Amino acid sequence: MKRFLVLLLMCLAAPIAAQTGLPPAPYANKQLADPQQEAAARSLMEELRCLKCQSQSIADSNAPMAGDMRSQVRERIAVGETPEAVRSWLIERYGNWVSYDPPIASAVTWPLWIAPIFLLLAAMWLARGRFRKSKGDK
Amino acid sequence: MNRWLLWLPLVLFGIFFAAVATGLVMPKDDIIESKMVGKQMPAFALPAAIEQRPSLSNADLVKGKPTLLNVFASWCVPCIAEAPQLLALQRAGVEINGIASRDTPEDIANFLNRWGNPYARIGTDTTSKVQLELGSSGVPETFVIDGNGTIVHQHIGDIRQEDVAKLLKLLEDAG
Repeated sequence: MKRFLVLLLMCLAAPIAAQTGLPPAPYANKQLADPQQEAAARSLMEELRCLKCQSQSIADSNAPMAGDMRSQVRERIAVGETPEAVRSWLIERYGNWVSYDPPIASAVTWPLWIAPIFLLLAAMWLARGRFRKSKGDK
Repeated sequence: MNRWLLWLPLVLFGIFFAAVATGLVMPKDDIIESKMVGKQMPAFALPAAIEQRPSLSNADLVKGKPTLLNVFASWCVPCIAEAPQLLALQRAGVEINGIASRDTPEDIANFLNRWGNPYARIGTDTTSKVQLELGSSGVPETFVIDGNGTIVHQHIGDIRQEDVAKLLKLLEDAG
């Protein structure tokens, strides 16, 4: 029991040590004054992946680096960059991995889009054989 | 023809099994490599992190000889682990410049006093701006930069003893 508690405490200690003492970047948790720009920034943040906690978007994550990324997104949109330009700026640095909306033409993603169509066609082809057979039986 | 088709479900199951088995044997790789490797160092200018060392900009990384750029932080435990290796690289004649990530001048000074200071210049990156420019996703990370300021290699995580020779070879090849 004692050993288990010590182990539990060790689990707690690591994440605390991994935090930084500095306050977040200026626009990490502060909305932009222009509601339209804020909405554009917000929807982009939901489609960008956090580098630290890899299954969360930067809008969802509390990691300091996600805060820094949110601030970058807001600052860039505030000076008039389009959301797509900000997205491609990040993709240029981290690859398609960083975006939750990867392009269809990529070598990794196109099979995902093609596979359902292919399976549907195969199913129709199989089903066609079935229908024809039952008609012949009558 | 139909006789061969009979084997199709088994083949499909085989493919499925292979996909699942590879996922088990080789777990997902969580490391995100920078796509900036092979490209020119992006433009940046960071203020000095401590009084004893000058500030750092991308122009300082065009040296005519290969250099290392190390991203570190005083709050980062693996950065302590790699400190002796950085000092060894410095002793081997390598110029190392540092980027302090999300840190305060006092903490950086304490960290360097305690674990050694291998850096020629240290810039302070309080909002991860330059880290994002570099496609870096954490600390510590080390970039090998050639004499023209092109990033030739990214080392993710702490530099272990066995990595020193590899980095020296990469620096030599980049020269």
